[in-house]
Parts: sequence; structure tokens; C-alpha cells
Amino acid sequence: MRSITHHRLFTPLAGAGILALTLAGCSQGTTDAAGSGEFAGDTLEVSAAWSGAEQANFEAVLAAFEEQSGATVNYTSFGDNAATTLGTQIEGGSPPNVAMLAQPALMNQLASDGNLQPLSDAASAAVAENYSQSWVDLGSSDGTQYGVWFKASNKSTMWYNVDLYDAAGAVAPADWDDFLVQLQLVADSGYAGISIGADVGWPLTDWFENVYLQTAGGEMYDQLTNHEIPWTDPSVTVALDALATLWGNDALVQSGAAQRTFPESVTEVFGADPQAATIYEGDFVAGNITDDGNSVVGENALFFDFPSVNGSAPAVVGGGDVAVSFTDDAATDALMQFLASPEAAEVWVPKGGLTSPNNNVDTALYPDETSRQIAEALTGAETFRFDMSDLTPSAFGGTPGQGFWQIMIQFLQDPSDVAGTQQALEDAAAAAYVD
Amino acid sequence: MFLIALGFLAPALVLLAGLVLYPILYTVVRSFFSADGGAFVGWDNYVTMFTNDSTFTAIRNNVIWVLVAPVACTVLGLLFAVLLEKIKWSTAFKLIIFMPMAISMLAAGVIFRGMFQESPNLGVVNAAVVAVNGAFGGGDAAYPGANPRTDVGLINDNGVIASEAAAAAGTEVNFPLVGVRADAVPASAAQAEIAGTASAGQITGTVWLDVVTGGGGTNGQIDDGKTGLPGIQVDAVEASGTIAATTETDAAGRYVLDGLGTESYRIALPASNFDEGYQGVSWLSSGLITAVIILSYIWIWAGFAMVMIASGLSAIDRSLQEAARMDGANEWKVFSRITAPLLSPVLIVVFVTLIINVLKIFDLVYVIPPGASKPAANVIAVEMWTVSFGGGSNQGLGSALAILLLILVLPSMIINVRKFRQERQS
Repeated sequence: MRSITHHRLFTPLAGAGILALTLAGCSQGTTDAAGSGEFAGDTLEVSAAWSGAEQANFEAVLAAFEEQSGATVNYTSFGDNAATTLGTQIEGGSPPNVAMLAQPALMNQLASDGNLQPLSDAASAAVAENYSQSWVDLGSSDGTQYGVWFKASNKSTMWYNVDLYDAAGAVAPADWDDFLVQLQLVADSGYAGISIGADVGWPLTDWFENVYLQTAGGEMYDQLTNHEIPWTDPSVTVALDALATLWGNDALVQSGAAQRTFPESVTEVFGADPQAATIYEGDFVAGNITDDGNSVVGENALFFDFPSVNGSAPAVVGGGDVAVSFTDDAATDALMQFLASPEAAEVWVPKGGLTSPNNNVDTALYPDETSRQIAEALTGAETFRFDMSDLTPSAFGGTPGQGFWQIMIQFLQDPSDVAGTQQALEDAAAAAYVD
Repeated sequence: MFLIALGFLAPALVLLAGLVLYPILYTVVRSFFSADGGAFVGWDNYVTMFTNDSTFTAIRNNVIWVLVAPVACTVLGLLFAVLLEKIKWSTAFKLIIFMPMAISMLAAGVIFRGMFQESPNLGVVNAAVVAVNGAFGGGDAAYPGANPRTDVGLINDNGVIASEAAAAAGTEVNFPLVGVRADAVPASAAQAEIAGTASAGQITGTVWLDVVTGGGGTNGQIDDGKTGLPGIQVDAVEASGTIAATTETDAAGRYVLDGLGTESYRIALPASNFDEGYQGVSWLSSGLITAVIILSYIWIWAGFAMVMIASGLSAIDRSLQEAARMDGANEWKVFSRITAPLLSPVLIVVFVTLIINVLKIFDLVYVIPPGASKPAANVIAVEMWTVSFGGGSNQGLGSALAILLLILVLPSMIINVRKFRQERQS
């Protein structure tokens, strides 16, 4: 039920989505360039959530593999129903050879049920050569490597209105303190420094995740995600205190945040009559800006990386799609190795819409400066972690009006009560993490 | 004979059992099991239900709904029905009042959410409120939202920007301001300039926009590219609070306060220079959200009450009203002693139907409140959906809430059924 970048926007439509995507799931594409390579005559089944333009681009990647190996690859889209579709296929004894999963939790579950094939030594070597350690760890379950991350998204991007920044004499900041200074420059020029759309809490949880990953580091982040440390931990206090320095400053934050939807907050920054100069969210904001139609991404709508808090190294929160294999045969292994190689991503990258976590992909191939910058931030990050609220039980991290989302809204409205906020988060987490 | 009756009843009975009885029984059973349905938890879900804050708010809100909405709808419906009877074009009016019933609840919710948006640029209600306020002279300040530069000895006291320290005649008091947009400065404004030296009995100074477009300059200093702010009222205030002198700044932002005595004065720029104006009411905030949703409900359902009552009105015996009028009763007496009692069966049906309807209210409460006030607007049906399907994934607790809702609706249903039976017997 989740595609990492947009699922929250679609929650109310989930019911309709299931129906639509079940129908979409029937669409099947066959690429027909069966050549005469090593695996001529083999047929591989590949499934992923992608449809439409993404499906066409991924099929181009698979076609490159067909040409290289001689195997025939059939692609099927399972839409948003990865868990259900794969579960049914596994039960029926006919899983695809390779599937792309958007949730690490699903990969871990399939791995612990014994449905996944560990990566071959050659594939592991390819991953080790091309990916940073964060991605290797994310593709592993209980110390065994199962997955190759093919596609990623970056949720550590701070988008700003270049016209307003220029008029105010503000520039992309060096770190969190400088960030507050730059926002004050914008506020001095008569515009709000930053617009927040906190009608529902998910943008706020993303704020917290970025600050927490920066201040506490990846290991603590993982422990908090699994509720191995309580939310009353001092590391959470540090992160909330940092957030409060911004959220508690009425001169910098546009008023009325709690009643503004996220798309509205984008319009407040990039619309025809901008009222604020900065907005934080993931790389998908580029889509919102383009939809709004008043600013041009790459020209007067640019982004900088989420500012480093307390001198931390570059860290990125995000999401992605991981390739896992269900069958133990040479052709499948060859496909996994191919997906781990820069050549596979380089087929899609120039077409747009793919941010590759593969370090050895030639970033010159990205179609524009903004997407190149997003990809470089992602591969350049020393720490990468998945969006925490996607990894926690949905009663805690994914329910409007409750848990993580709602408590962060309350914290935005009254950032002075850090201890009370931590206690509320701990209470909500304790109730949601029962096994 | 019995077999024939059974034969005719069987299809309906099977359908009822499968679609009504079985779901109710299964919900009862499910409410005694844990979130994943695996473990029997006894009354735990019911205990959770009454001890948990969000459910408690939901129950409290449902009580408010039941107390307010059905009465308001029935009274309004009665008023419309009785009054519209007496005018021409009544069908047209009735059609208009009934119209909201034709709109889906979801769409009505979206309409109301739009109408009650906080920003006067988005919400029509606040736009009207602000426009009315503006007509009475609010919000026409020249530089709304301006603030003093920090750390230069100026304070912002409820919109009044003033010098922290008192100044004696013969000195200079400067006001570097920020937070004014470059395009909000009037075209007549010129480069800010240092005011001349103050002579005896004078205090001089400059009010300027302490921002250089494109950046640069030193904070608190008059640099090239910083404009003066013309037309700002400047007061010299005595310790007692009396205004000793007042003036306005010129195009370069300079002012001269003349005719001052030997004591010290606080130099203040009054709030009328910076008043942002009335920004309207925060309708969708936690405090008002339930009222707004109930209002939208009344807008929709008053039409239904009116149509029901009007049909009852057309069926009553007019000779009784005529007789009362002949006997000298005034119109109020006719209404309260004759018409209303004759209408009471219809009124009760309308009222009870509305109570049942209000207890189950879902769509409006789901659509109208923004996230921040969702918990404040919560009702049982929404809570039930949220905990079972909206992310909570706890169908045990959800079932318990469903049973609570059923129990709350039962008395009204029993009253309605009794009513129908009595009517059939009489």
C-alpha cells in the first residue's frame, strides 16, 4: 500500500487505488529483443510497482539486459500491492524471478520467511563496489545480503524561491545556525522565512527525522525506529530543541501552518504571489512546483541540502526501491548483477525520473542540474536512512490525527514543551509497538 | 399455510441474516478480540474505549451533536414550513432551501472547508468579516507588519515601536525598521538621510527601511540603497503618557519634533502606522471546529426537515385553525395551540430520524477539519473508522466502538418503531 514518495497524499484514496491498481496490475509488457547471448532461451519474470512512463523507462533497462545476455525478460506491474501480489504468487509457487520492493520491512519479512535468495558472491561484490555502506546495510537482513537498491528518493532537500532570496541578500546556508540567519534576512525583507504545511503531520515527521539523523546519527536513528530506546531519550531532546529554535521563532515561520495543506505551502513559496521564501520536503516538491506552474525548477526554484545541525556530516533521509530475487539460477543472478552495475541505471537516468543510489553512475547523465544535485546529495551522504515514520507501526507513524503525526503538529504549535512532547511520543509509541 | 408463508419470507430472511444479523453478531464477537484478531481480550477494548482521550472527545462531541443539531434542524424546518406557506413563490424558496440535500455530504464538506478558511484571501467568511471591519476604518496602515531592527535600543510594544531609553531635547533618535516589503514602500520615498542636528527644544531622527535590496549594508546604519519611510507618525511621549509633540516623516524618512521642554521624552511610532488590520476569525481552529461542522450539517438537513413538516402541514385539518381564529385566537396562539400539536407526530419522526442520523455523522467530520483540529472535531463514527482502517489497524477496538454506536442508536430506533406501530393501531 505504499509508494515511498507519495503514499501519504493518497491515503484517502487508498480504497479506490486498490481497485484501480488491481486493474493496472494486469498490464504486462514484453520486451522482444531476445538475442543470442549466454542465456539465450531463458525467460525471466520481473515485477515492480512502476507503470506508465516509469514502466517504459524500466523496460528500457531490461531491454539493455536482454541485449547483453540474450535472455527474455517479461515485466509485470503490481501497482501498490506488492505484499498481496507477491504473497499470492509465492503461495501459488510461482513468484517472479526478480521483484522491486519499496519497503525494507517487506524485504525483511520475505527474507525471514525464506522466500528470498541471498545475493551471489559476484552480485555482492558488484554491490560493494558500487554502493556506500548505508545501502549495503539496507539491502541486508540479519547479516545476509538480499537486495540491490535500484532507485532512491531524497527527502533532505530544502527548496527556496531564488527571487526572494536574492532580493533579501540571502544565500544557501552552510549549517543550521546559518540557516536561521538567512531566514532572518528574508524576514527582514518583509517575507516569511519558511512556509510549513502541517495540515497533516507527515511533513513535520520528516523534519524531525532529518534533524534527528543529523544530531543523533544512524545507529541511534535505527534504535529509535525500532523503539529500542525510548522517545524520552536525551538524543530526542537535542533534536526537538534544535527544531524549536526554528519553529518557535514567529518572525521566521509563516503563521497559520497548522491549517495549511502541504501543496498550499508550496504555493505560498512558489506561487504567483509568494508570501514565504523556503519550504522543506523531499525531491518530489519539484513536481508540486511544476504543477503550480508559476516557478521553474532549476531557474528560480532551487534547493539546498538539509542544513547540518551541530556540525554533523551529510546525512540523507529518503526512500527507494530494492531489487530482490526469488529464484536460484544463473540468469536471475546475471540480472541482479546487471541491476547493481552503473550501466543499468545509466539507461534510465538520462530519461529523467530516476535517482540512482549507485555511486558509480555518471552524474553528467542526469537530464538537468537539479536532478543531478539531488543524486549527488544522495550518493555523497555519509549516512542514509529510510523515512522513520514509514518503518514504524502505522498506528504510530502513519495515522492522521494520532501518534507521531499529531504530536508533531502540537509541538509545532507550542515548541516550548519539549519534555511533554517526548512523553506524549513515548506513550503513543508504547501503545503502538505491542507485539 | 405456514410453509407457504415461510417460502415467501425465506429470501428476505436469508438476506437479512446474511447482511444484517451476521455482521452485527460478528462485530460483537470481534470486539472481544485483540487488534490482529488472534487473542481473546475480554472487555479490554471497551475499557480502552472509555479511558482513551480521543474516544472520550469523540463521545463528548457526539453528545453536543445530538443536543444541538436535531433541535436546530427541526426548529428551522418548522419555521420555514409554516412561514413559507404564507408567501407567494413558496415552491421556489422551498426548492432553494432543499437544494443542499442534493449535494453529496462530501462535496458540502469541501465547500464549507473552503468558506471557513482562515486566510481572508481564501475563505469567503473571513473575507466578509475583514471587509466589514475595513469599512469601519480597520487595517489601512501604511506599513503593516513592520518591526524594529533588533539590538539597536528599540522595542515593539503591542505594535507601538518606541525607543527603549527616554531622550532629552537636542538629541537624535533613529528608527531602523525591517519586515516591510520593498514594493510596499511608496514611490515618493527617497534614499534615507541623516536628520540635521537638533536645536534646542527639538528631537530629530530618521525612520528608514534597514534592508538593502539584494543584500549588503550594515544593520542599524544608514547605507546607500536604504530608503526612508515617509508618512510615519512620530510622537514624543512624556513620562505621564501625554503626547507632547507629534509629526510625520518626510520622503527621506526624517522627522523633527519641535517645541519640547527640558524633561525627557520617549519617542514612539504609534501602532496606527503598522496595524496589520483585523485578520478574521480562525474558524477551523480546535475551539470552533465543531460549531462550523454542525452549521454545515444544519445547512444541509434543515431542508429535509422543512419538506417533511410541510407535507405534514398540508395534511392537517384546516377547519381547526379557522375555528380558533373565529374564536379570537391570535396567530401565535393558533400556531402554538393548534398547528404545532397537530404536527407533533411528524415533528417527532423528523426529530428522531435526525438523532439517528447525527449519531452516525461521519463524512462532514472527516472532510472539514484540517489536521490540527481533527482530534477536537472527532466523533464516534470517525474514531471507529480511524482505529480500524485509517492507520490504526485495530479492528477489535473499532468493533467495540461500532457496538457502542449501535447501542446509542437503539433507543431512538425503538421509539420510531413504537411510533409506527401506534399509528397503525389508531
